[in-house]
Amino acid sequence: MSIAITTQIICFTILSLVIIVGALGVVLLESIVYSAFLLGGVFMSVAGLYLLLNASFVAAAQVLVYVGAVNVLIIFAIMLVNKKEDLKPIIDIKSRRIISTSICLTLLSLLIRVDLTNVWSLSSPQKSIGEESTIRIGEHLFSDYLLPFEVASVLLLMAMIGAIVLARRDVMSKDISTGLPVDQELIEKSSEPLLTNKN
Amino acid sequence: MSLESIPIQAFLIVSSALFCIGIWGLLNSRNAVRVLMSIELMLNAVNINLMTFSSYVDNNLIQGQVFTIFVITVAAAEAAVGLAILLSLYRNRVTVDMESFNLLKW
Repeated sequence: MSIAITTQIICFTILSLVIIVGALGVVLLESIVYSAFLLGGVFMSVAGLYLLLNASFVAAAQVLVYVGAVNVLIIFAIMLVNKKEDLKPIIDIKSRRIISTSICLTLLSLLIRVDLTNVWSLSSPQKSIGEESTIRIGEHLFSDYLLPFEVASVLLLMAMIGAIVLARRDVMSKDISTGLPVDQELIEKSSEPLLTNKN
Repeated sequence: MSLESIPIQAFLIVSSALFCIGIWGLLNSRNAVRVLMSIELMLNAVNINLMTFSSYVDNNLIQGQVFTIFVITVAAAEAAVGLAILLSLYRNRVTVDMESFNLLKW
């Protein structure tokens, strides 16, 4: 990359601050809509980090897939299920919070210790292919990663069909118990919950 | 200070912090949509790790970038199926509170 090192460090600092603060906002904010939009910001900043790492193709894929598809899907899901409800208080919420926070902090300190103490065998920057990474990714996808590439298309098809089957309403032409044709106008009306709360 | 490039540890620490924030959100969220968002955060942390190693350790073959492409694919499929499951759960129980999804509790 031909950017000066000072500029790179400034960009990296800003991007990582946005990532960490945005991720904290995603998990801590009260309103789920704000969380969803902050998540979009986090995804964009991660794409910026990829650009710093000389990976323009993956950065573009990140913006297209995560911000353009996943984030929009999450916002749609929020729109469909967003209902103000009074959550039942949990009895031992405080001990749960303490335990989960300590587990996360322990894991974080362990990971940071590994990051800092391990001696990484870095390759020399002269061998870097830099901006030609898009060409190299294409070569990989159609030579040694051809089978995973094709399996990924089957996976996407399965996910698409599965999402349609799971999310649609059951529309039946005749009533199961009586055998009479069903009035189709009734289906879109609000129905009683099929499962009641077990407790 | 004469650095040639950003140290690899900086990227790794950012991704570690992002992963731990994702785990915290996964454990503590009441809203099921927020749980899915936390999973996406964790997947992004893993992607940053893969990209960093592909750029610093394997900068000629860049197999990590190919892996990241596959992870992005699987994450998109996971989000679609997860949100579809969430919608049908909401249709059946009229809530997205994680504490009320206790049919499989022993």
